[in-house]
Amino acid sequence: MKMMSGAAMVVEALKDVGVTHLFGYPGGAVLDIYDALFAQEHVKHILVRHEQGAAHMADGYARSTGKTGTVLVTSGPGATNTLTGIATAYMDSIPMVVLSGQVPTQLIGEDAFQETDMVGCSRPVVKHSFLVKRAVDIPKAIAQAYYIANSGRPGPVVVDLPKDIVNVQEEHLYEFPTDVTMRSYNPTLKGHGKQIKKTVSTLENAKRPVLYIGGGAIAADASDLVTELAEKLNAPVVSTLMGLGAFSSVHEQFLGMLGMHGTFEANKTMHNADCILALGARFDDRVTNNVDKFCPHADIIHVDIDPASISKTINAHIPVVGSVDEVVRQILAEMASHDFSDQDTKLTDWWEQINDWRSRQCLRYNQGDTTIKPQRVIESLYKHTNGDAYVSSDVGQHQMFAALYYPFAKPRRWINSGGLGTMGFGLPAAMGVQFAHPEACSVVVTGDGSIQMNIQELSTCLQYNLPVKIISLNNRALGMVRQWQDMIYKGRHSSSYMESMPDFVKLAEAYGHVGIKVDTLDELDGAMERCFAEKDRLVFMDIAVDQNEHVYPMQIKFGAMDDMRLSKTERT
Amino acid sequence: MRRIFSVLMENAPGALSRIMGVFSQRGYNVDSLCVAPTNDKSLSRLTIITEADDKVAEQILKQVNKLIDVLRVTELTGSAHVERELMLIKVATRTEVARAEVKRNVDIFRARVLDVTSQHYTMEITGTSDKLTAFADVMADCADITESARTGVCGLSRGDRALRP
Repeated sequence: MKMMSGAAMVVEALKDVGVTHLFGYPGGAVLDIYDALFAQEHVKHILVRHEQGAAHMADGYARSTGKTGTVLVTSGPGATNTLTGIATAYMDSIPMVVLSGQVPTQLIGEDAFQETDMVGCSRPVVKHSFLVKRAVDIPKAIAQAYYIANSGRPGPVVVDLPKDIVNVQEEHLYEFPTDVTMRSYNPTLKGHGKQIKKTVSTLENAKRPVLYIGGGAIAADASDLVTELAEKLNAPVVSTLMGLGAFSSVHEQFLGMLGMHGTFEANKTMHNADCILALGARFDDRVTNNVDKFCPHADIIHVDIDPASISKTINAHIPVVGSVDEVVRQILAEMASHDFSDQDTKLTDWWEQINDWRSRQCLRYNQGDTTIKPQRVIESLYKHTNGDAYVSSDVGQHQMFAALYYPFAKPRRWINSGGLGTMGFGLPAAMGVQFAHPEACSVVVTGDGSIQMNIQELSTCLQYNLPVKIISLNNRALGMVRQWQDMIYKGRHSSSYMESMPDFVKLAEAYGHVGIKVDTLDELDGAMERCFAEKDRLVFMDIAVDQNEHVYPMQIKFGAMDDMRLSKTERT
Repeated sequence: MRRIFSVLMENAPGALSRIMGVFSQRGYNVDSLCVAPTNDKSLSRLTIITEADDKVAEQILKQVNKLIDVLRVTELTGSAHVERELMLIKVATRTEVARAEVKRNVDIFRARVLDVTSQHYTMEITGTSDKLTAFADVMADCADITESARTGVCGLSRGDRALRP
């Protein structure tokens, strides 16, 4: 036990919970904490250019490692700038702790300079928050914040720290709590035994089963278990946008992403299944399409760590509350006392049907001779990264192309804002990934719209020598908005293009990086090769792609899961 | 249908706003809310009245239970329970007839007079919400209601069922 200032306690507690990277931006209310950071080497501080970037970096760091990402910002605008990043993490259940400065306790409520009620502002988008009022409470608040952020259904936690309690002049006794359990918070991890039995007998009787996996399978690090289960059942596997990589996309049993831009075979399989085993997925509106027409033949088994996710949109016949890893382990154990030895014969008809749907090859597209199709860029990216990159993405058409055309063989390789759909997420997220995995290849797939939403972080990349590779699909338009305007608004492109695009190559160079412009198909592969040959530099690939390309398949609004447009002219 | 939820939560700053946040964020309505610390000062007990169908009621239970500050939440409606509400009501009585009528109804409803002036009666009444409403209606007939305040419903399960940490 040591005597130290509140500021030193913050840093000491971060060290004690094992924080290595802290993404932040200084300001008046946190100067004491920054001074305490200056005096040590355990916690590496990364100076961002905008606080939103800090939150997304911490997020990318968390998604690619499973560890909690940490942010430090000042009060007022520093704190509010993180809100989009916090909401992004909240929607995708990403563990994050945001330490925000606050005006001194005696000034709270007086509209002091740079005062905002951060606990109030962030309340709808955090798992929990703390306003620490005494310096001696700092270690416990920080320890509990990390415990809450990364247990149960993970999520962001805000710790608001008034300036007077982190004052470097006063010293207090530092004691890191050994026990952080709380009487009001006990996440259920193991599934109920009776529900597991029901699950297994339903699976045993299923003639047309499907595994529908989501981000919960990744959060629980359950990839191996899910794979074992899928193989024992010989069942087809579909994945949400958030679950990609939890089950290998190159596995024979994988049918692709489901939902709004899901594959024909994934959505058909769901719609016709007689048993859906949902593992850490939440039946959200981008998956189900019209809930009244959702999968009419299926018994639905819903495994989720959050009871509130079960039967929220789609009624579950067998609800199982628990973490995906624990529950799958229980299912596998229970299966041992049942007969699953002949799944191959049992599911012959089902696989025959599925392979017929597969033969439609819904991801086909016509490349043509010169204008580059966005799909082609992703395929080229896959080839040049041997399918082994960490791919972060922004939001829009390029995100869907990346999700559909870059098969992820491992979990935590696909980093994207699925729930909130935050443009500007990609670059800072890819930076967070690069900090966590300095030797790995960290790529961001983005577009000319999204990349401009946090482009200032190119400066941070130079400061920390981050060799992130930016693959920008430049269609001179906000592609997804334009696609909807083409389809629904008779081609009236209201504000979906920008009249003055910057010269991205010069922009990259101005920030001290390498820029490569690609205009025609014959340049593409050569440029990709040059890009990935630059091992130690950030490369910005500005790739001109077909402006009129749409993302297909696409579910038809108000329809069932399998009501889809397959191209501009074909529909189911 | 009308539902009564009972919540046991940490008596901590911001806890109540989190619960109300769930209701406003997710579009559930609150008809009344009654909250105070329990005999264990570290805990607060809330009674919330809302209109909800089965699906919404299930979500309210789950979403409120998900809050870190919440220890227990249960729905009282549907099983045996007692519920009470308190109302303070002040009426202006301009005539002797009115004063007598008010006094008579206080006896009938088993209300209590708390304060008297030459022109006003202030009364308290405890009971179910319906009883309080009926009393207020009667008062409106025989005098002019100056103001009234209701606590919102407070409820407990019957028998040995209880909401404990």
